[in-house]
Amino acid sequence: MAKHLYDETGRLTRFVLRRDRIRIPLWIVSFAVVSAVVAVAFTDLYQSDQERQAIAETMRNPAMTAMVGPGYGLDNYTAGAMMAHQMLLMTAVVVGLMSILLVTRHTRTDEEDGRIEMIRSLPVGRLSNLLSTLLVMALVNVLLAVVVGFSLYALNIETMDLEGSLLYGAALGATGLVFAAITAVFAQLSQNARSTIGFALGILVLGYFVRAIGDIGNEAVAWLTPLGWILRAEVYVNNYWWPVLVTVGAAIVLSVLALYLNSIRDLGSGFFPARPGRKVASPLLQSPFGLALRLQRTGLIAWAFGMLLLGASYGSVLGELESFFGDIELMQQLLVQTEGFSMTEQFIPMLMSVMSIIASIPVLMTILKLKTEEKNGRLEHIVGRAVSRNRLMGGYVVLSLLVSVVMLSLTAFSLGATGNATMEEQLPLGMFFTASFAYLPAVWVMIGIAVLLIGWAKGLSGFIWLYLTFSFAVVYLGGLLQFPEWVQKLSPYGYVSRIPIEDMDYGTAAILTGIAVLLIIAGFIGYNKRDIGN
Amino acid sequence: MTVLKTEGLVKKFGSFPALNGVDIEVEKGEVYGFIGPNGSGKSTTIRVLLGILKATEGQATIFGMDAWKDAVKIHKRVAYVPGDVNLWPNLTGGEVIDLFVKLRGGTNKSRREELIRRFDLDPGKKCRTYSKGNRQKVALVAAFSSDADLYILDEPTSGLDPLMERVFQECVMEAKAEGKSILLSSHILSEVEKLCDKVAIIRQGKIIEKGTLKELRHLTGTILLVETKEPMPELATVKGVQGIEEKEGALSFQVDQQELDNVVRYVSQFGIVRMESSPPTLEELFMRHYEGTGTTERAGVGGEV
Ligand SMILES: Nc1ncnc2c1ncn2[C@@H]1O[C@H](COP(=O)(O)OP(=O)(O)OP(=O)(O)O)[C@@H](O)[C@H]1O
Ligand SMILES: [Mg+2]
Repeated sequence: MAKHLYDETGRLTRFVLRRDRIRIPLWIVSFAVVSAVVAVAFTDLYQSDQERQAIAETMRNPAMTAMVGPGYGLDNYTAGAMMAHQMLLMTAVVVGLMSILLVTRHTRTDEEDGRIEMIRSLPVGRLSNLLSTLLVMALVNVLLAVVVGFSLYALNIETMDLEGSLLYGAALGATGLVFAAITAVFAQLSQNARSTIGFALGILVLGYFVRAIGDIGNEAVAWLTPLGWILRAEVYVNNYWWPVLVTVGAAIVLSVLALYLNSIRDLGSGFFPARPGRKVASPLLQSPFGLALRLQRTGLIAWAFGMLLLGASYGSVLGELESFFGDIELMQQLLVQTEGFSMTEQFIPMLMSVMSIIASIPVLMTILKLKTEEKNGRLEHIVGRAVSRNRLMGGYVVLSLLVSVVMLSLTAFSLGATGNATMEEQLPLGMFFTASFAYLPAVWVMIGIAVLLIGWAKGLSGFIWLYLTFSFAVVYLGGLLQFPEWVQKLSPYGYVSRIPIEDMDYGTAAILTGIAVLLIIAGFIGYNKRDIGN
Repeated sequence: MTVLKTEGLVKKFGSFPALNGVDIEVEKGEVYGFIGPNGSGKSTTIRVLLGILKATEGQATIFGMDAWKDAVKIHKRVAYVPGDVNLWPNLTGGEVIDLFVKLRGGTNKSRREELIRRFDLDPGKKCRTYSKGNRQKVALVAAFSSDADLYILDEPTSGLDPLMERVFQECVMEAKAEGKSILLSSHILSEVEKLCDKVAIIRQGKIIEKGTLKELRHLTGTILLVETKEPMPELATVKGVQGIEEKEGALSFQVDQQELDNVVRYVSQFGIVRMESSPPTLEELFMRHYEGTGTTERAGVGGEV
């Protein structure tokens, strides 16, 4: 009996691999390439011990701890230590994301679309699908660990030895495994693919913040999440392997739990209860705009909370930052005298750029929902009624513009409010809003590009995520790796005034807004001309 | 008065011609059946008519307006039920019906309640939990509770149980009685036969036959069932005789209208014991068109190459 639960798992595993034969190698190679490029860039940029030691000093500040994890080996900050300390956490978060997307794709999405029903009608075990997905994830993450590990070692950088490199890879792979298992559990608990991704992503993002709080405050808190564990491996310095073992152990336990939950539930159902719904539509749900809002309501509320949390955690860091630099009186004086701005003020534009890019995610999701609706064959109901395409797309554009303003307001507010609550020096709240709103035109350009793609080349609309990732890379890594100025100018976020240390450049903002308007108009023209359907 | 009309409609997906010159015409107060095998272009025609797809060539007009350019204006007076009803999993049926009715403009609350009752739908359930038939009912209730002049229905009954199918047929009859026009695509030929005044048969993107059922039958001929004292060995060679089958000890076959006289003369030589004639059912018509044109068309394509 038990044996039949897993019949044909091998064949299904090969089938999953076949379906993802491009996707999986692409993920793995990207991780290897990015890790190697950053490692090389670090060694090129900081060649002497003094230069590295200078960086190590800035790493002692709590803001950096919150962002990249607790410093270790700072007294002898070798190229390896530097690379692992600054890159492991960020890379691990993206590996977690990969696992979440892959697992959901092969579990809940397939189930929702009725494909699992077809598979189950064949002589295939009840748990074979989940087990094969987990096996594939094990393979993917082991491969990831080995490929990343060996490619780092192959760079032949003195302080990046074989053991450390393999541990670096293993820490990433272990994170991938544990998030694959977490997603597998949520795929059983929740009712559909959307909330599976929502819950798993929530755990990932929450994990990042919980760890930040733990790392700058009470270390026990950092133990609540796997992201906190793997940072304790102290790669390239002490090379502890136990965090990897603990993480893999947790992954196995969670996988077993997921299999158990799968075995006791019905196909298509979940454990989180479904509430009975309304029998009539609310007044809100009576226009394309209302529908767009209603469909994304839950997601947007979650994002709003996320942005508040993000702003608040950076805000509390501002306070820590102040006291940190306050201790080094001389340094503070130097900075204030030469620049005319306090250290905290100089830090704000950098925070704003990162937060505005993160805030762009819900904005772009809002507009791209239009494409998802089309793909799922639901737009036919709308354009088949007395709704013009302009009104339909207009609803989504207006909603995404609103979301951009709301999300940036929330970050500005929570950063300012918590910042001022924890700092002695008070900064005007209006300044935070100006600094944040300065990014609005750049976000609108992103909306414009998305609209243009939906209007003219809906198949390519995923490109916008690539562009956002690129923007994040040049803004986030650009500072670390000292990219030339023109690279930043390849992204709309590179044109934004760095308030408060720069004045607001209304001319550039107007040009960005103009570009956004033109892109949106062009998108509408294309949308009015093309077929609707998948 | 012509409500809906297409002329030489061509739709290419890339280089694949899904529609290859479609001409149909629906008059006011008429129920127009649209039948054809899978992938023949029924849904594509309907989507072009709704301005969801843009025709590559040809004209599609509804109420005298261009189906693409004046889509919104047209849709104020059109109700549509798509072939695959995909709904939002996290909205309830009731919410979706209200939304649809609102998006067309105008509300008719009492009609909505009545239809929900007649179709036996629970509007408080999330669409995720609806069966295929229930999703279809949502679309049907939304369509029939709106006060449209033209109903475009793409396989509306493919998931309904027989009871619900009857409710659907009543709804169509009521709409017709009010002088509304209906374009109905369906694979259920008995339903088409029962409801439709006119029928168009589409095959590989082309209309191969259209007209009233009577006209179509006339084109096809009569079905004869004959029992004779002596066997008729040469029957198959007689001009105008097709599709001979043994049935209950008698022979059933189809006779071309022009040859009826000759065939009856021939048959009478063998001593008729029993003879029944009947018009062909739509199914027989349909089969004949499919099988018949299927072979000739294939030969034609081969000949061109
Ligand atoms: N978006 C598209 N891209 C490419 N080909 C398409 C597209 N939509 C339809 N087709 C093709 O056009 C042809 C006609 O399809 P259509 O959906 O109109 O058939 P149908 O008559 O409605 O069939 P069914 O009875 O199965 O519903 C099919 O061969 C189909 O594969
Ligand atoms: Mg169809």
